[in-house]
Amino acid sequence: MPGPVQSIERAAAILRLLARGSGRLGVGEIAASLGLAKGTAHGILRTLQGVGFVEQDKASGKYQLGATLLHLGTSYLDVNELRSRAINWADALAARSGEAVWIGTPLDGKVLIVHHVFRPDDSLQSLDVGALLPLHATALGKVLLAYDAQAAAALPESGLEPLTRRTLVSAAALKRELAKVRELGFAADVEEATLGQASIAAPIRGYGGLVVGAISITGAVDRLCPASGRPDPVLAGSVQNAAQMISRDLGAGRW
Amino acid sequence: MVAHYVMSVDQGTTSTRCILFDRGGRLVSVTQREHKQYFPKPGWVEHDAAEIWRNLEHLAPEALHRVGVDPRQVAALGITNQRETTVLWDRHTGNPVARAIVWQDTRTDALVAEFAQRPDAAIVQERSGLPLATYFSAPRIRWLLDHTPGLYEQAERGEVLFGTIESWLIWNLTGGPDGGEHVTDVTNASRTLLMDIHTLRWDPELLDFFGIPAAMLPEIRSSAEIYGRAERAVPGVRIAAALGDQQAALFGQTCFARGEAKCTYGTGSFLLLNTGDTPVRSTHGLLTTVAYRIGEEPAAYALEGSIAVTGSLVQWFRDSLGLISTAPEIETLARTVEDNGGCYIVPAFSGLYAPYWRSEARGVIVGLTSYITKGHLARAVLEATGWQTREVVEAMNADSGLALTTLKVDGGMTADNLLMQFVADVLAAPVVRPMVAETVSLGAAYAAGLAVGYWPDLEGLRRNWHRAALWNPSMDDERRMSEYANWKRAVERTFGWLQPGAPE
Repeated sequence: MPGPVQSIERAAAILRLLARGSGRLGVGEIAASLGLAKGTAHGILRTLQGVGFVEQDKASGKYQLGATLLHLGTSYLDVNELRSRAINWADALAARSGEAVWIGTPLDGKVLIVHHVFRPDDSLQSLDVGALLPLHATALGKVLLAYDAQAAAALPESGLEPLTRRTLVSAAALKRELAKVRELGFAADVEEATLGQASIAAPIRGYGGLVVGAISITGAVDRLCPASGRPDPVLAGSVQNAAQMISRDLGAGRW
Repeated sequence: MVAHYVMSVDQGTTSTRCILFDRGGRLVSVTQREHKQYFPKPGWVEHDAAEIWRNLEHLAPEALHRVGVDPRQVAALGITNQRETTVLWDRHTGNPVARAIVWQDTRTDALVAEFAQRPDAAIVQERSGLPLATYFSAPRIRWLLDHTPGLYEQAERGEVLFGTIESWLIWNLTGGPDGGEHVTDVTNASRTLLMDIHTLRWDPELLDFFGIPAAMLPEIRSSAEIYGRAERAVPGVRIAAALGDQQAALFGQTCFARGEAKCTYGTGSFLLLNTGDTPVRSTHGLLTTVAYRIGEEPAAYALEGSIAVTGSLVQWFRDSLGLISTAPEIETLARTVEDNGGCYIVPAFSGLYAPYWRSEARGVIVGLTSYITKGHLARAVLEATGWQTREVVEAMNADSGLALTTLKVDGGMTADNLLMQFVADVLAAPVVRPMVAETVSLGAAYAAGLAVGYWPDLEGLRRNWHRAALWNPSMDDERRMSEYANWKRAVERTFGWLQPGAPE
């Protein structure tokens, strides 16, 4: 087993130091207090600033704890912010795939639709923003469950609500499905929420790779799954690509 | 190598963006960098043109690099830009002689008032189609010439050049001091007050009126034609289009027919209506402007309703009041309450634009009571954009004799569902967002692609337009009317705030 990671220990020490006093500290003061080289302290502070754990006062250049720390447990990315950052890539995905695009985030055991792009065929469609979908029966929900062990554990052992005869209703089947999602990097539902409809979703990641939402395309099952009920690999690739582009804009680095 | 892409450069008020589009008009790669805003005095807004050029030099190759595209695969590059922002630079060194004076800057207030007193002042509106106002470039050129010793003489000798941002970027891209092309396009030239809107040439009498030497002006070209090849940033790529940002958005929304209109929601917001091949004179405070000109074809014209402060009100709410940490959070905050609680914000930060054009007006927050929370203020911020849209639409309907049935929208604020719903509510008309919200960039790409034959014709471009979202009005008439009346009363309270002759 590898030993403790020194830079994380130092980052923790900086956070404790900032939490201790009431005022703000300059990089020099922090470095001196912890016996670090100024450059080292600066590098750690910049990283902590990047993830929102510390903030730098514009006028004095001094550092303090970031507002993000106060709501670590709640969603750290505002859903309207997510939509704003994702809108271009969601448009491009709809244009490329020819299907409707949804972006979803978790809310109270459901998927909240935070963004919707119409299927680009200029037919009459209405905005589904604000709608809540079940986690277990949708591609979006499966992605959110696959990367959130607590949410997955909170699902009942049996008796998940069947929306169609294809909905996965046993915890065991769903668990196998979620493992597959993590392996493939995308999720699909094939007539599991609505007969005749399929969807494919991929994870949107923020800093450090944390999954903050999912993006999906939804359309007729024969278009999304043309061969033997399996999701079309090209479409799945487009969804994953869009998810990666958004993740990169959100600062997810290598994902 | 086969050309697969068209590149578009959107040089905006707060940032520069480089976007790569494919043949379907779909976004392939985006790079973006903000530049510094300088506010040296109240009412002054400046940019460092050299910084903007450096940003483009970095962003353009980076946009290609990110998706592994070679410059040889780029059919053409189109530029769209913040309009009316004025750059003066030295032809030999390539350095700007001063910071660029940005379109929001009102330092030419007194100068414009002086010009307006002159007996021949009427020729400005007659020839240029625009009112004599601080908003446009000519007074800024004159201000710079007046305030820099020796500059006028250098300008007369053609050693100092004027350009709006697209001129500056094209000149730099095509070689800068080493043979850079000093050109502008009809849409940008139409915002200077110096171009005859009928002949599309610099007007000698207007130059004379403002005291601006012809030698410093760029050559006026079509919006879509090949100006030259890039020597820098993306060597070899043809520079084939330039359009002011609002005209580019009209083009990107494929509003090619008379009667088609769009509204772009950004820092400010701009509603443009295509009026076909004739310039329509407004009697309701709208501007007559050139919409675009493709190659040797006749120019298309537009009526424009300009709203100075929309997105920038949200930025103010974020940066100056600190009530939100990112602009999109305004929607989250606004949704914490049911309505505006009786509070209205009229953001006449530098006067009111269309349809009022009152430069002495200043902003107000009215209806404050102890009941009002930051949520109500957030609502009032968003609603200000909705009501200002309504006022411009009314002016547009009156001038054109047409009634707007649907509003096509684009720009960053269209990501705000609450705002878009409110716009639909106050207009009592559906609001539609196209699949590419980046219509400004797309318009520049379209024009460049047309110029080099990457896209065959306007009809082909139209087929790329698809509806991405639609908001239907849901407010009842009575409420709409009473809210609108409140808004109007709030607007009246902004009038006459600045006293003539008094310092700000």
